[in-house]
Amino acid sequence: MTDISQDPHATPARRIKWGRVLDHAILIVGSLFMLIPLLVVLQTTTTTDIETIKNGPELLIGTQFDDNFMKAMFKASGFSGENTGTSMLINSMILGLGFALGKIVIGMMAAYALVYFRLRFATFAFWLIFTTLLLPLEVRILPSYEIAQKLSLLNTYTGLIVPLIASATATFFFRQYFRSVPEELVEAARIDGAGPVKFFIDILVPLSQTMIAAMFIIMFVFGWNQYLWPTMVTTEEGMYTLVRGIKQLTQDLEGTNIPEYGRANMLALIAILPPVAVVIFFQSWFVKGLTESDK
Amino acid sequence: MAQISLQNLRKIYPNGFEAVQPTNFDIADGEFVVLVGPSGCGKSTLLRMVAGLEDITEGSLSINGRQVNNVDPADRDIAMVFQNYALYPHMTVRKNIGYGLKNRKTAPAEIEAKVQEAAKMLNLVEYLDRKPSQLSGGQRQRVAMGRAVVRDPALFLFDEPLSNLDAKLRHQMRIEIKSLQRRLGVTSIYVTHDQVEAMTMADRIIVLNGGQIEQIGTPAEIYHAPASTFVASFMGAPPMNLVEGRLDTGQVMIGDGIALGNAEGTGPVTVGIRPEDVELNDQGSLMFTVDLVEELGAHRLLHGRLAGQPFTVHVGKEVVVGAGDAAVNIKPDSIRLFDVETGAAR
Ligand SMILES: Nc1ncnc2c1ncn2[C@@H]1O[C@H](COP(=O)(O)OP(=O)(O)OP(=O)(O)O)[C@@H](O)[C@H]1O
Ligand SMILES: [Mg+2]
Repeated sequence: MTDISQDPHATPARRIKWGRVLDHAILIVGSLFMLIPLLVVLQTTTTTDIETIKNGPELLIGTQFDDNFMKAMFKASGFSGENTGTSMLINSMILGLGFALGKIVIGMMAAYALVYFRLRFATFAFWLIFTTLLLPLEVRILPSYEIAQKLSLLNTYTGLIVPLIASATATFFFRQYFRSVPEELVEAARIDGAGPVKFFIDILVPLSQTMIAAMFIIMFVFGWNQYLWPTMVTTEEGMYTLVRGIKQLTQDLEGTNIPEYGRANMLALIAILPPVAVVIFFQSWFVKGLTESDK
Repeated sequence: MAQISLQNLRKIYPNGFEAVQPTNFDIADGEFVVLVGPSGCGKSTLLRMVAGLEDITEGSLSINGRQVNNVDPADRDIAMVFQNYALYPHMTVRKNIGYGLKNRKTAPAEIEAKVQEAAKMLNLVEYLDRKPSQLSGGQRQRVAMGRAVVRDPALFLFDEPLSNLDAKLRHQMRIEIKSLQRRLGVTSIYVTHDQVEAMTMADRIIVLNGGQIEQIGTPAEIYHAPASTFVASFMGAPPMNLVEGRLDTGQVMIGDGIALGNAEGTGPVTVGIRPEDVELNDQGSLMFTVDLVEELGAHRLLHGRLAGQPFTVHVGKEVVVGAGDAAVNIKPDSIRLFDVETGAAR
């Protein structure tokens, strides 16, 4: 009997929980799978293009990081000399912000109208908006392009952003959220003399902070990564966004020049950073909003 | 301050349900009126029509002689306290209380002064910078009161403001609200389904049932002379005993010819007797069978049967009784008679 109970603490510690090991193995493999391409990109930004061509990806960290960075940010690739990394970054930023904010503003206002006003056919209107989910930009790209062109919106920020911002998704989420706001809050505000506009700005918008943050994360990344539409509406190099501009660089690779691996990969890295920053920043904010639970 | 007048006020909801049948009453300046009734009887609907949150289907509502049927809630000079307080969760207590003033373009210095005054009155000064989520239920309740008080309205409307509080706090807030209303002299309509709240707070009680007024009267009138069996059984805890009886040769009879008192008429009748109007007395002429003694500290309730019908007797703590038979007397002039069919008092 004493034999068995000799070391009561050791037994559970020594027992290996295979399920947990498996979980971790899956997670580790998964993150390696995601990270290795990034690391390769990072490595190529530190060596010269010739070296990259000769040796392919290596474990070695080179000295060309600064050089590649300067080239990526400030050297133009096209004929006009306007599509430097900096200008593309600014364009992408404008697209991402405009896309996200536009979708949030439009979605909130549409949801506000649907939830708080006694509209005839409000439910019908909502479903109509909802069915536009079945018609993403790719489906209606030709007519959209034609309209943008007829309104001379090609190569403008308006043309880049506005055709994209009508959003069934944002409308849907804000509608669901507004419906969960207690009725009495509206009534108290009415008695307190807040009209529809004041109620929206003073009460509904601050209450929706967490929802807005969540929408912003999703929509900013979505807008930032837009490729097809920017490719169609921007032909002037000064209007190129990063995602589209990188494509331009890789097209150069097909020519007879030495491909600019370092520069292209550096731009790719730069293109990743803002969405990552937005996610990290708003995520903490989002979680804070959820845990403080105002409602 | 204000007088309120309801003339044939009626509410039919869009689905065709008549929640409030044509209703008439007037409220005097500075009066505290309690609307009481069971759940779903239309109390909130009536109050919300007065507030302007619900459209008036028919009839006329006037505040100080001005018909306000189609006046916006913000312009009716009213303040309302909701059951769940409806505080703005993202605003501090200070902003919550001052929001109505701000919307009415009051100068910031004046808002601050008024908010301070209201906060002092309600013991909220130290909480002014907190958010509602950082307050206890009672404090939130007080903020809701502050929001009403600060605007100095003509009329206070309360919709079950205390039902989310525990019993002790409810008791305390009951007294606070009442004394605040006294001090400010603001006409008030207070909705509750709690008959104790109604009895203790009201200058006048309006008992509603099924969208209809059963009785209007002071708490004493309602208690002692209920207009119907509904009022008799709704007001008072425990409720009035209602037993089947009959009128015969100038006597009120129950059971096998037990006479309770004198009354004109003939035929069956419902006899109402308040539990405290019965006294245990060895020389008593009635036999009451005690089944169960409910001990309440300050007094006891004896549940049992009188002439074979369920009956409750209220006795002081000094009266010691067990289960079994006890002789009782009914205090003179304490018997109420109701029509068997309509339930109306005779
Ligand atoms: N929007 C509506 N449409 C149709 N019927 C309604 C509506 N609102 C309330 N009713 C009905 O009207 C009646 C009165 O409702 P009301 O809210 O006034 O009751 P109440 O007396 O305040 O009850 P409680 O004590 O439960 O709050 C209820 O039977 C309810 O079902
Ligand atoms: Mg109610």
